[in-house]
Amino acid sequence: MTTSPLAARPRPAAAAPAPLPSAPRRRRAGFLREQISGWGMIAPAAVLLLLFVFLPAILGFGLAFTNARLISPRPVEFVGTDNFARLFADPTFWRALLNVTYFAVVVVPVQSALALAMALLINKKFRGVNFFRTVYFLPVVTSMVVVSLLWLFMYRKDGLINELLSTFSFGLIQGADWLNDPATAMPAIIALSIWQAAGFHMIIWLAGLQSISGELYEAAQLDGASRWHQFRYVTWPGLKHTRSLVLVTITIQALGLFDQVSVMTQGGPLDSTTTIIYEAVRSGFKQQETSYASAISLVFFVLVLLISAVQRYLTREKD
Amino acid sequence: MNKRFTRILATSITAAALIGSLGACGKGSASATTEGSNEITMWTHNAGNPEELAAIQGVVDSYNSSTGAKAKIKVQAFPQDSYNDSVVSAAAAGKLPCIVDIDGPNVPNWAWAKYLTPLKLSTDLSAQLPSTVATWEGETYAVGYYDVALAMLARASDLEAAGIRVATVEQPWTKDEFQDALTKLKALGKWDYPLDMGTAGSGEWLPYAYSPFLQSFGADLINRDGFQTADGVLNGDKAVAWAEWFRGLADQGFMATKSGKDSTQDFLNNKSGLLYTGSWAADKARAALGDDLVVMPTVDLGNGPKIGGASWQWGVTEGCANTDAAMDYLSYSLQPENLAAVAKATGTIPATDAAAALVPAFAEGGANRIFMDFSRNYAVMRPETPAYPFIATEYGKAVQDVLAGADPQSALDKAVKAIDANIKSNGGYKN
Amino acid sequence: MKNSVRLNSAAAMLVRILFAAVAAFPIVFMLVSSLKPDTQIFGDMSSVAAFLPVGNISFDNYAAVFDRVPAARFLVNSIGISAVTVVLGIFINSLCAFALSRMEVRGKRVVFTVILATLIVPFQTLALPLVWWVNQLPYFELNGFSLEISKGWLDTYQVQIIPFIANAFSIYLYHQYFESIPKELDEAARIDGAGWFKIYRQVVMPLAGPATATVAILTFLPAWNSYLWPLMVVQSEELRPVMIGIQYFFQLNVSWGEVMAYASLITVPVVVLFIAFQRSFINSIASSGVKG
Repeated sequence: MTTSPLAARPRPAAAAPAPLPSAPRRRRAGFLREQISGWGMIAPAAVLLLLFVFLPAILGFGLAFTNARLISPRPVEFVGTDNFARLFADPTFWRALLNVTYFAVVVVPVQSALALAMALLINKKFRGVNFFRTVYFLPVVTSMVVVSLLWLFMYRKDGLINELLSTFSFGLIQGADWLNDPATAMPAIIALSIWQAAGFHMIIWLAGLQSISGELYEAAQLDGASRWHQFRYVTWPGLKHTRSLVLVTITIQALGLFDQVSVMTQGGPLDSTTTIIYEAVRSGFKQQETSYASAISLVFFVLVLLISAVQRYLTREKD
Repeated sequence: MNKRFTRILATSITAAALIGSLGACGKGSASATTEGSNEITMWTHNAGNPEELAAIQGVVDSYNSSTGAKAKIKVQAFPQDSYNDSVVSAAAAGKLPCIVDIDGPNVPNWAWAKYLTPLKLSTDLSAQLPSTVATWEGETYAVGYYDVALAMLARASDLEAAGIRVATVEQPWTKDEFQDALTKLKALGKWDYPLDMGTAGSGEWLPYAYSPFLQSFGADLINRDGFQTADGVLNGDKAVAWAEWFRGLADQGFMATKSGKDSTQDFLNNKSGLLYTGSWAADKARAALGDDLVVMPTVDLGNGPKIGGASWQWGVTEGCANTDAAMDYLSYSLQPENLAAVAKATGTIPATDAAAALVPAFAEGGANRIFMDFSRNYAVMRPETPAYPFIATEYGKAVQDVLAGADPQSALDKAVKAIDANIKSNGGYKN
Repeated sequence: MKNSVRLNSAAAMLVRILFAAVAAFPIVFMLVSSLKPDTQIFGDMSSVAAFLPVGNISFDNYAAVFDRVPAARFLVNSIGISAVTVVLGIFINSLCAFALSRMEVRGKRVVFTVILATLIVPFQTLALPLVWWVNQLPYFELNGFSLEISKGWLDTYQVQIIPFIANAFSIYLYHQYFESIPKELDEAARIDGAGWFKIYRQVVMPLAGPATATVAILTFLPAWNSYLWPLMVVQSEELRPVMIGIQYFFQLNVSWGEVMAYASLITVPVVVLFIAFQRSFINSIASSGVKG
């Protein structure tokens, strides 16, 4: 990977004299100051996260071991792992796990690739670049209610998608009743989700592309590198940090699939689109089984943590 | 470049200061803590429905300016779709107002959870439509101004073209007649699916709309004797017969297993010939179709036509500091003029005959009078048990699964198993 | 050679336009439908007419929206809430990421890992315990000259802002971006006697324009779109944000034209903001030290 000299980390021409030899050792005096300023800078965000994510999360996870209910006059009792036993014996939970895996396995690579393609297409100076950037971002900013409504209509048996399919295939393809067939409901949701969220990750890729020095491209062009080689030896290595950011966020987003399912299919038909978070919300809010929902959340958290850890291990910086 | 950052920081401080000053006067006035001793808050579900809200506000204003008013009532409106979530969160935080709006079937659950206190009204409730009074364990916990009714809408011209008899309260369609009607409508070839049952609906619509069919078959959501089990009732032969019949409507191509997002619009756009919906759609349909619209009772599937009873009702919360005034207001608000004003604004069925006489559409011979007959003759309350919210979700899922092609017996067995487990884990929902 | 370049760029433009068409159609649909009566929206739905302003076109739906919803008030609330969340979020999260990325703070790896773990907790599962928790927090109110302390944050602006300022995703994004800015710049500034905050303020942040623009946009969106949370914690109508307004339209009889009109009204500010931030995005690239 580092065979090309171009792959070296971007090194700006601005400022930066040669690093001082053995500078860190001489800075012992600044050590304490660095610790204090550092922690001072970390503190505001850390305290807020502690207050508004950690505490409620721990509180919620604690409920998983009780029989707490959203609405109930009965006292809350500790019930050990009852909720987990019930969860692991529930076929719907395993189905949800399978659905989410299916969703993630398709969405993660396809959506990151499409988002990168979009970012590359508009990471240039040309007339109308602002227009294209804005348009690509439109699905992300449109209200989910409106988006779901529109796609509900498009996915109908007599809807626009089937009309288009039929027109362009000269009547050869007879479209499915997309959201209403256990075989096609999840693919339909996948298509909608990628369409809706690709613009979001395009923005992240774009920020990454902007951090690659233009000089590297100039140097590559002087060397007569082809477009592909520029991408392969300048762009791709330059996106190292962005890559793991995009990968982790798309994965987490995919595993947390909820909104589209809630609006469009309510987990059906026949559990073919239900997800772990959908089951948690259904149990917690609609069925008032707070403790069972907490157990689902806890299992979800542990699963995603494991997956993220594996991903971080696989994409770790090897140098 | 520095300038940019300084600018951001300056904007940030200005914005923070701005929101701070907004915040100083921005603590909401709806929370219980800010209530003066002589002001009580009332939550309603009709934000975004200016007519109904104005009617409710009118009732409140008339109480507030009456000489005997024991407190000043303050209205806080929430959007209906999410009203329940707002109330449950407030309850979890212990911040419920004095008077709340409740969807009828949820009353026993809230009463059991001690959100509600039994009503002690000076008004005689015997004149009310029975479905507008919610009782649990012998106590009355909520009372409503109106009810709604399910019905079948069609175009007279279509029925005539297909040679189908118009169903009436005296003589509703039987199961066989319904089958025959659908076959004839389908034969007209005007629509992909002649019947629209609103199968795309979700949430409370599913038990509200489809459990009456179940009951007309002679089955039910739960064994109402003690409300301890659904076994043998929701998964018995009659229930399975219902599920097979319902699924059969889709299999024979009479209805879509998932209808459009807005069934009424589809009906008005002539995408269906027979619409199963609530009385709320009637005025809109009549405005579009005029005299061609016929309103018919739902189908008799063996045990007479059934429709779901109970709509939005009012209750007083357990934590209310001025229960006396809350009860006084509710008693006052049940006067016929008030009920009539609300019914007029919402197109719903007034809760008493005296009120109905004041609303032309519901008075004798009025265009909507027929809904009152439906309500009087067919209304079945959804099971009056604290387990109802749970039963509703399980039944709703069973309906969706059956429509999607699940085996009826096993879908219903699954629901029964979940319901019975839930009842058991709640100690039978006994106090 | 020249021809092939021209061909290439023509092909690229074609692809761009194709992508744009796919991306834009819901907005077109939304805007177009907001001008139509309901019956026509449904009638046009299965054909291309859904995307064309044809038939019975008027602004009636927009007029009706303002009768139904206090839209202006909701817009002001949402703009205020989102703006403050974004601005404070940029400051606090970049500061945290700066220390984690560029300073030798003891234990920072652990802190960073723990912060990243918060990314995993989906908000839906957090909501209920959080409602209970914010209702336990003290509320300070300046009443004349006396400071009053009461309990419970429910039904305030701050409950819609403060829990969402610190954001692991923003910290992560800044962190990744800061990693690509050469550390030698800090060294140079330190030689000149700059303190850490000064380096953050004058060296690193000015180079992080694209990251800031990205964080701004990505923080703004959830703040603007927040729905479940205000539903649970805001009771007074005068404090509600725009998304709650959408719910106002879902009555027994839904007026879809009004839904589309309202959705258009609340989408336009976001698009305007995106265009504005985009410009600073591009400016910051042009002027950034990275490019030299």
